[in-house]
Amino acid sequence: MLSMTNEEVKKAAAFFTREIEKLASGRSLRFMEVCGTHTVSIFKSGIRQLLPETVELVSGPGCPVCVTPNEYLDTAIAYSRKSDVMITTFGDMLKVPGSSSTLAKEKAQGSDIRIVYSSLEALDFAAKNPDKKVIFLAVGFETTSPTAAAAILMADEAHLANFYVLSAHKLVPPALRALLASGESHVDGFLLPGHVSAIIGLQPYDFLSREYHIPGVVAGFEPLDILQAVYMLMLQIHEQTARLENQYSRIVPKEGNPSACRILSQVYQQTDAVWRGLGKIPNSGMSIREKYQAFDALLNIPIIVEETKEASQCQCGKVLRGLLQPSACLLFGKACRPEHPIGSCMVSVEGTCAAWYKYGAGRWQV
Amino acid sequence: MSNERVQLAHGSGGKLSHDLIKNVMWPAFANEILGEMNDGAQLDISGCRLAFSTDSYVVKPLFFPGGDIGKLAVCGTVNDVAMNGALPLYLSAGFVLEEGFPIADLQRIVASMQQAAKEAGVHIVTGDTKVVEKGAVDGIYINTAGIGKIMNHVHISGKNALPGQNIILSGYLGEHSLAVMGERHGLQFPQSVRSDCAPLNGLVEAMLTAVPKVAVLRDPTRGGLATTLNEIALQSGVGIMLEETHIPISSAVQAACDILGFDPLYLANEGKMIVFVEPESTNQVLDIMQQHVYGSEARVIGTVVKEPRGQVGLRTRIGGVRLLDMLVGDQLPRIC
Repeated sequence: MLSMTNEEVKKAAAFFTREIEKLASGRSLRFMEVCGTHTVSIFKSGIRQLLPETVELVSGPGCPVCVTPNEYLDTAIAYSRKSDVMITTFGDMLKVPGSSSTLAKEKAQGSDIRIVYSSLEALDFAAKNPDKKVIFLAVGFETTSPTAAAAILMADEAHLANFYVLSAHKLVPPALRALLASGESHVDGFLLPGHVSAIIGLQPYDFLSREYHIPGVVAGFEPLDILQAVYMLMLQIHEQTARLENQYSRIVPKEGNPSACRILSQVYQQTDAVWRGLGKIPNSGMSIREKYQAFDALLNIPIIVEETKEASQCQCGKVLRGLLQPSACLLFGKACRPEHPIGSCMVSVEGTCAAWYKYGAGRWQV
Repeated sequence: MSNERVQLAHGSGGKLSHDLIKNVMWPAFANEILGEMNDGAQLDISGCRLAFSTDSYVVKPLFFPGGDIGKLAVCGTVNDVAMNGALPLYLSAGFVLEEGFPIADLQRIVASMQQAAKEAGVHIVTGDTKVVEKGAVDGIYINTAGIGKIMNHVHISGKNALPGQNIILSGYLGEHSLAVMGERHGLQFPQSVRSDCAPLNGLVEAMLTAVPKVAVLRDPTRGGLATTLNEIALQSGVGIMLEETHIPISSAVQAACDILGFDPLYLANEGKMIVFVEPESTNQVLDIMQQHVYGSEARVIGTVVKEPRGQVGLRTRIGGVRLLDMLVGDQLPRIC
């Protein structure tokens, strides 16, 4: 798709838009894009404007930073205040508000917090700073958890005694199941994250069509990928059928990436996990297996964490369940802005509220 | 604001920097010249129109593909002076050095400053050196200030944008940020990702000699193209509409940005400029720019529109339109 000329892209986009409009023929439909990367691509390319007004895209619980609960942040913040600890984290986490502080504020007050671009960089910090306990904040879905697992395996091999992981890794399919089981979110189809399926394959999403009769399309992240995936969902709805389809077959093999899955299950095991906005979901998280417990921060570095508090008017929970579009939140764009975020969805670049704000939905009049 | 502490994002050139200037600096220093909010001050001293600008350089690492802190310190200030429609003449250089810093590195940096000054045709005529104890700075910080003569019949200001004007960009975006970032984190980018750091005064002089009536000139440094255009839209009370497919971004930069989650429209450049010009002069300006080594890829990337005031929009590759907001956080601290 990268090799297409601008004219070809425009033409293809016009084709999908026209067909989607024809198939919708005024029907009200709600599709959920589960992944934050999709959300950003949708806003960044202006896809919402190209769709008929009756076809609505809502974001789901697919931004890793957004679904990370306050308790995790409070724990990370408490660790960062220990003088013998160095926190290594993806930059996104810095501004996410915990109960009473953020990592960015702690950093400004002298905590040793380093931004890394991969878990392996965190490993490097550990090797170079033997006098520090280096904790990697392992946040993310199936796309990033294999790299954290790989870092643990490498640390094990290198006998690194000062590298720890504070794991908040999560799994996408159990969250979708919880969302559907709750019965409160009405969704006509799912746009599923292509890079997650590049790891786990297609099978974990089978239940969407089999148990809930909802169409799903595993999609890539280029604007045309997304338009085509919406078109594929529309075709299924038009045919009154529900299947799991793969729009992103150029990257996603049906079985995913077995060796990444192997590393993942070698180091981690499934466990119940708390999601911001969704609460505790069975088997939706990843905890470090007993064999590698020497790298589990919580088990090895004692810490007292303050009592968790939630921002009172923040509607991130409803946004993450697809029940509320950001512009309907009273704080959106007023008290809650990217430079002064109240909820996590306004912080992460992949957060739904941040995407709405940044790319102008509700603010930009053409 | 008094209880708060300075965060890295206050130095990003984006929204928080603006807040800091508005809430802390401006109340203390407010005056008419500062209030113009251009890349430097435009002064009238006994009928002689001068441009005066200063900048401090804290880039990490000190040496990166395509440049170093010395070259940056000269080019950055030369460009800030030039963006006022002026011919830069003299620079000052202040050094804050960390105890233990290798003299050989200092010599390399100073030589690079001399070479950049020579290319730009400016002289470094005054300076200062301070040394602080180990750990008080990270190796070396450099401050430069520059002064230049504003060209005759030239009146450049961020307030001069008017509906109908074309917006020209002098070349490819994002190279400086990625080159520095790649060096800092040991990332392997293609050879073509090198800092674009360059003195633009020659290009500015050639252009303004032929077309003095250019309305706005700005170099999209910290905060990138997006933030710079937002500043101009706000200063002039106009809207700006860009065409995504016209904005020059190399495939190497785009690929690196896609992987790292950066947006090239927000990445700092150190050798690019944006020109606002009336439609009837557009082709002439483009011709002159394209003949110059630092403007060979110049092209029209958008136009000034009446509404929505103070906002920048982008027509995307697939035909949608979205807001292009000012940079909020900091994509990359210590980039210059």
